[in-house]
Amino acid sequence: MVEWLAMKTWSPYAVGIGIGLLSCVTFLLSDKPIGCSTAFARTSGMIERLFRGGKVAEKAYYKKFAPEIDWEWMLVAGVIAGAFLSAAFSGELRWEWVPAKWAAAFGEQPFTRWWAALAGGVFMGIGARWAGGCTSGHGISGTLQLALSSWLAVTCFFIGGVATAMLLFKAF
Amino acid sequence: MLKAIHARKGVQLGIGLAVGVLFGFLLQKGGVTKYDVIIAQLLLTDFTVVKVMLTATAAGTIGVHLLRSLGLAELHPKPGSLGSTAVGGLIFGVGFGILGYCPGTVAGAVGQGSLDALLGGVAGILLGAGVFSELFPKLNEKILNKGHFGEITWPQVLKVNSWAVVFPVAVGVLGILVLLERAGL
Repeated sequence: MVEWLAMKTWSPYAVGIGIGLLSCVTFLLSDKPIGCSTAFARTSGMIERLFRGGKVAEKAYYKKFAPEIDWEWMLVAGVIAGAFLSAAFSGELRWEWVPAKWAAAFGEQPFTRWWAALAGGVFMGIGARWAGGCTSGHGISGTLQLALSSWLAVTCFFIGGVATAMLLFKAF
Repeated sequence: MLKAIHARKGVQLGIGLAVGVLFGFLLQKGGVTKYDVIIAQLLLTDFTVVKVMLTATAAGTIGVHLLRSLGLAELHPKPGSLGSTAVGGLIFGVGFGILGYCPGTVAGAVGQGSLDALLGGVAGILLGAGVFSELFPKLNEKILNKGHFGEITWPQVLKVNSWAVVFPVAVGVLGILVLLERAGL
């Protein structure tokens, strides 16, 4: 058991089956599919409320997704903790300034990577809310419900992702 | 019994947290909280991300439809339209290719200590979600409902029993995974 928890990586198939079973648990116990991106929208609303006050709740979008802590928000907080534990058990926990593959292609300058990550994040934040879900909500939870919207979404995620990554790594 | 659990808000927040911890643990052990692994998938040199996602989908499809057939779970398919799902999906993809994390794995990356995820990725996604909330009324009027097809599932489209889709999907996934392994990817 201990050795197992200390392993750096598990088989992707074991991890996949685990996530599939976890999805069953959430449908059973919470009547909800796993998802991550609305938590970002709610948090963004909470931050906006710090600056603009109660008016934020009047925005049409926040009437649909109230800026408050909910089940999914707790789930995303849990993901941070779970990944922390996994990395701590396997001795992988450490500050990483720039990922190796980025450094090999674009250099070790942290600010270049951070600005790129910020820009990529902005696209992702807009796109996830535009499409109504992300790689978890559409990519896993939606596809397993055999939802048409989610199969279309995940196809577009990967078309856009592969094209952009190829362009970035081949062009620069 | 289950409905009573669903209705208890405090219990639900606890379940959400517990599920998140397990989800984050699995994602990190799968290696998919790492930029290097995700970007290698998008450059089509390492298929770890696809393997995790397809296996999760196959296992979850069977499990969730089993629960549904037993009357223990209800489906909640997301609505879709070309204007929202396809356009938004492609914008997401551009972000995916630049950031190299997604909203779930970026949280996991923060947990393992990746500073580009914390200072760049999370901040960017929050900013993007804020921009979207600002644009939402206009987009909703002009684009999001174009080509609307709603909360429909494959069994509904094909007018068949869910299991007539569940089994082919599971077998298809298995076939793709076998091909990937044979190709050494």
